[in-house]
Amino acid sequence: MTSGGVMRIAVGFYILLFFSYLFGPLLVMSFTAFNSSEFPSISPWNCFTDEWFEVLIKDNQLMGGLKSSLVVGFGVVLLAVPIGLAASLLITQLRSRARSVVYTIAISPILVPGVVLGISTLVFWERVDRVVLGAQDGFFYDGYFMTIIGQSTFIAAYSMLVFLARLQRFDPGLEEAALDLGATQTQVFRKILLPFLKPAIGSAAVLAFLASFENYNTTVFTIVSESTLTTVLASKVRYGINPSISSLAVIIIALTLIAAVAHEFLKRKEERQAIAEKLIANPVAIKAGRSKRPLGLPIGALTAVLFVGVLGSLWMGQNYDVDQCKVRVAEENRVKFEALKQQRLAEAKAKQTTSSQDQDSAVDAKQSSGQYQNIFAPSNLGQQIESDSGAEPQSETETKDAKQYQNIFAPTNLGQQVESSSDSD
Amino acid sequence: MSADVQLDNVWVKFGDFVAVRDANLTIQGGEFFSFLGPSGCGKTTLLRAISGFQNPSTGRILIGGKDMSGIGPNRRPTALIFQNLALFPLMTVWENISFALEVKGMGKRARRKKADELLELVALPAQGDKMVSELSGGQKQRVAVARALCAEPEVLLLDEPLSALDLKLRQHMRTELRAIQQRAGITFIYITHDQGEALTMSDRVAVMRQGVVDQIGDGTTVYDHPETAFVASFVGENNSFTGTVTEMKDGLAYVQTECGPIRSRTSLAAPLKKGDNAVVFVRPESIHFCKDETRTDENGLVATLAHQEFEGHFWHLALKTESGHDIRMSVMNDGRSEVYEIGASVSVGFSTQGAIALAPGELAVD
Repeated sequence: MTSGGVMRIAVGFYILLFFSYLFGPLLVMSFTAFNSSEFPSISPWNCFTDEWFEVLIKDNQLMGGLKSSLVVGFGVVLLAVPIGLAASLLITQLRSRARSVVYTIAISPILVPGVVLGISTLVFWERVDRVVLGAQDGFFYDGYFMTIIGQSTFIAAYSMLVFLARLQRFDPGLEEAALDLGATQTQVFRKILLPFLKPAIGSAAVLAFLASFENYNTTVFTIVSESTLTTVLASKVRYGINPSISSLAVIIIALTLIAAVAHEFLKRKEERQAIAEKLIANPVAIKAGRSKRPLGLPIGALTAVLFVGVLGSLWMGQNYDVDQCKVRVAEENRVKFEALKQQRLAEAKAKQTTSSQDQDSAVDAKQSSGQYQNIFAPSNLGQQIESDSGAEPQSETETKDAKQYQNIFAPTNLGQQVESSSDSD
Repeated sequence: MSADVQLDNVWVKFGDFVAVRDANLTIQGGEFFSFLGPSGCGKTTLLRAISGFQNPSTGRILIGGKDMSGIGPNRRPTALIFQNLALFPLMTVWENISFALEVKGMGKRARRKKADELLELVALPAQGDKMVSELSGGQKQRVAVARALCAEPEVLLLDEPLSALDLKLRQHMRTELRAIQQRAGITFIYITHDQGEALTMSDRVAVMRQGVVDQIGDGTTVYDHPETAFVASFVGENNSFTGTVTEMKDGLAYVQTECGPIRSRTSLAAPLKKGDNAVVFVRPESIHFCKDETRTDENGLVATLAHQEFEGHFWHLALKTESGHDIRMSVMNDGRSEVYEIGASVSVGFSTQGAIALAPGELAVD
């Protein structure tokens, strides 16, 4: 084989590795959303199900968190984008020394850890609330208000960077030309600068929204008694998660993909139009227009994947019964546990007969060894449950839901815990 | 419609640097007036001061008799055509042209109508719906002119607008601009470093050097009767001979130069007297070959032919005198295609009227 061929294979392998590193976790997570297993996993694969979407929608905590995340996100966009715009305009107007000073000040929140921003925002506005309003839990000590303010400190700096990049390509001559033609400063801003910045405003808004949406370390302090999606997710991870979180991820990924495909589609349509217009104006330009292929998404492939996905799920919906499958899986699991139990009992018996020194204490010793030796063996966990369910005979057939982990990750369980904890304060 | 522009002791300083030094001049209403000078001579600064983007450090600028100090560029009766044109890239051609009306709040239909009229004026009919990026260089040029005219300025300022065009188009646009100026009947103030543009289009030319206006006059005055050594060397080509005035007689100066004595006329604006240092300027086209006849008003030189170039209507010859002085000479090609041999010794001459003696001063750098 030639060295070129080897090189090509190596590069191909590297690319494969790189993309699986990038998209592997997303793919795995997406699959877990459709597994009926209580804990997000793809192996063992139990049953294909869409019930986690239902669980997600019925999860008031998550939905409430999502709603406040959206509210905070839009608030941050409305606050941070204008601030970033103003800062970038100021910086472009200033001369070298003052310029670097203002730039440093504006950019510094990015360098400050989010935790520090969060705590300082909390402390500062709590003080303001007391001093200005003379009240506790007044307007300034509101979770939404403080989160929007706190996040905007550094998100404004992000959007400022976006605007600065765009403004570097702005020809100040255009401003002068507009002024010269009789426009006022306001008109110059509205009719010349703003249209020029329009794409940057769009991307700054998207960036600001996403940065706000995913923020945790500032939000967790400033949100106080409210909760956003990230704080809800964090508390869920602490108390146990179920695949409804995966289904949320699937929804977000799907929305992103749809948005990207739509954007690409519109862009190509526009390009085609531009080429067509050029063609009318100047037929020689055909070649130039064609050869300039945009480097974009494989729009056809993505649409095909979406289409197949929709068709597949429709077919599934008609020919597949989740409950049947679940009963089957539960039965299988029960049989497996039974077999395991028998095996363990047999092992225990064998041990009992070989060690015949102290018969009374041997039972205890055996039980304890059964429970705590081999503690990391996967089978061990099953045995525990088995023995528990042996003590409470009613659950044997109902393990359909309870199964492996004593239901610790069930949303109802968490709800209870949180409720009880919130009751206590 | 047209207004005169008056500069009263205008100085523009940037820190210690003086960009414009005591400019005093009046541009008549309806005049095509050019500022000509090398880059960095302050002509663009002067233009920006007139249009209101630059405040004079001292002095006043009056447009139509009104003092413009404290009046911003958007409230002056001027329109500026920028060197890079500064057309609005996100607007169509007609939106560009009618921008001045848009900011006045005029309705869309009226604006469109006016834009179409102006497109006719600049010979670009039915191009209104194109984007600016779809136009060629010359078309952009016309759109820029139309956009400026749409503001109905009393004074139109042009900052080297033709410099980006190729030669043929540039020559065409010269006549075009001149024609537009006459049709519109407004004052044009034109900035250029290209003397060809200044001389062909302008009613009057002001030659600038390092912030100072050296001379103001119409094309032939500036070309044929330079008042300073700089103007003589910057406008057109010139040979220079430095020397000392030995005698002044009948309005003629007798200058002893390194190439021998030269008799020449002098400038009335900058009189010389006996004993002064002087520079004698002789245009390449004033020099001709001396045949057998020798005239009394002639200056004569003997030199060897070092180099020659054929430029269609002219032969450009480079000569070297015995003292090592370079002389450029242009001979009209009259179709006989005389061939001059490199290295040949030739006898050349020029009349006293073809030479002018001026006080020494800064020369333009080629």
